[in-house]
Amino acid sequence: MATDAVLERPAAAAGAKPLLAVRGLEAWYGESHVLHGIELDVGEGEVVTLLGRNGAGKTTTLKSIMGVIGKRKGSVTFAGQETIGLPSRAIARLGIGYVPEERGIYSTLSVEENLMLPPQVKPGGLPIEQIFTLFPNLKERLKSQGTKLSGGEQQMLAIGRILRTGANLLLLDEPTEGLAPVIIDQIGATIRMLKQKGFTIVLVEQNFRFAQTVADRHYVVEQGRVIDMIPNPELDANIDKLHSYLGV
Amino acid sequence: MFELLGVPPQALFGQLLLGLINGSFYAILSLGLAVIFGLLNIINFTHGAQYMMGAFVAWMCLNYLGINYWAALLLAPIAVGITGVVIERFLLKRIAHVDHLYGLLLTFGLALIIQGVFRNNYGSSGLPYQIPAELRGGYNLGFMFLPTYRGWVVIASLIVCLATWFVIEKTKLGSYLRAATENPTLTQAFGINVPLLVTLTYGFGVALAAFAGVLAAPIYSVNPNMGADLIIVVFAVVVIGGMGSIMGAIVTGFSLGLVEGLTKVFYPEASATVIFIIMAIVLLVKPAGLFGRAA
Repeated sequence: MATDAVLERPAAAAGAKPLLAVRGLEAWYGESHVLHGIELDVGEGEVVTLLGRNGAGKTTTLKSIMGVIGKRKGSVTFAGQETIGLPSRAIARLGIGYVPEERGIYSTLSVEENLMLPPQVKPGGLPIEQIFTLFPNLKERLKSQGTKLSGGEQQMLAIGRILRTGANLLLLDEPTEGLAPVIIDQIGATIRMLKQKGFTIVLVEQNFRFAQTVADRHYVVEQGRVIDMIPNPELDANIDKLHSYLGV
Repeated sequence: MFELLGVPPQALFGQLLLGLINGSFYAILSLGLAVIFGLLNIINFTHGAQYMMGAFVAWMCLNYLGINYWAALLLAPIAVGITGVVIERFLLKRIAHVDHLYGLLLTFGLALIIQGVFRNNYGSSGLPYQIPAELRGGYNLGFMFLPTYRGWVVIASLIVCLATWFVIEKTKLGSYLRAATENPTLTQAFGINVPLLVTLTYGFGVALAAFAGVLAAPIYSVNPNMGADLIIVVFAVVVIGGMGSIMGAIVTGFSLGLVEGLTKVFYPEASATVIFIIMAIVLLVKPAGLFGRAA
């Protein structure tokens, strides 16, 4: 089984110096122990997905990287800096942008205020005009209440607002969930464009067919652990194994 | 001279003006409570004591340091606001993660302590504070006499309330504040310093109370119980307007002052209870308050 190889030399596939390195990451929701030692690496400019069943710990892994969970242990280094003891606001300031699963659009803020909310953390964010080119719908609805947007538009807003900030690692939690195929295509195109621009992306996905169109590598998460890593070109060859992991 | 339902117009307008003045205080105080409740989820029972502290600081400024009313209008809110920052940092922060009832108990206890300290040192009979020379006298408007200071109270309170509303609803800082109120965890994950916002918000809400206290000093006598008497009505105002609604607190504050004034003219027996009757009706019909969002 590939599991042992993955756990012993997780950095092998990502090159010598990963941008994000996660070691022995454990996390808790109150009393319940959810992550049991997540190990993964993401190289600069890579798009990596976390695949797995519902409740496997994918979302919790993103939350733990971002520091928005009650209790976490282990090691998360970003650009060589240990972040496990930092509050989430300091982690964000290092250059990590987060799109939560529920999108996190504020109903008390207009679309424009939602878009402009996250402060700039580094130089090099996308200019606002470029975000409007990517998501023209947003420009037409700037004065609307944030949550009056459609699901797809809210997802675009949630992604658009972290592109402004200069964050170079993006954590996207199921950006395609519940969206129409045409919008999923648009989000796929956006992710490929962001990769071309040099963004590093960690993507949580249920839909591995979508993941296949954007990612370099796939980590399979089960019961709070990484149990396998599949490079994208080998995905089709491993499809039976993947089916058994995901229970589809 | 014409009469309205058997009431001479001087009496009517006189009571309406009094109502508007009371409404000014209701508005500033309930605005402070609403701002604090929105972000901290704490019902700040110390608010009345902090209003009283504002009046006392103005009195001390004048009598110990020779600092006049206008300077006190700025200095007292800053000084009392700083005590608020200290309370938030050292006390409220420690209980932020437990049931909000503890915040209510803590702030209620603080109010008792603060009022007790002032009563021990200054007695409870009240200290006089002169209306500043520039605001003495009044204007004859034809249908009624308007004392200058009372007009000033209404205008100053309107300006402060609208400025606060503008900052919260229309500025970048306000968008941080609204975001932190709605989803503190995510707002923090964008790199915004939410704990600092919380501290400053509490300090600002407390400063608003102190500002109202300075405004009140020349009208009501400066005494340790002045806040305790007023704050019960202000809580009713906040409940009617809807917890955490900024414009709701302002509009409800002024209108309930007017309603109270009108009641004094037409049915004086109910003037002390009318606000609570309205509160009971609003709670029955719209439990989230007139301007509140249903949870």
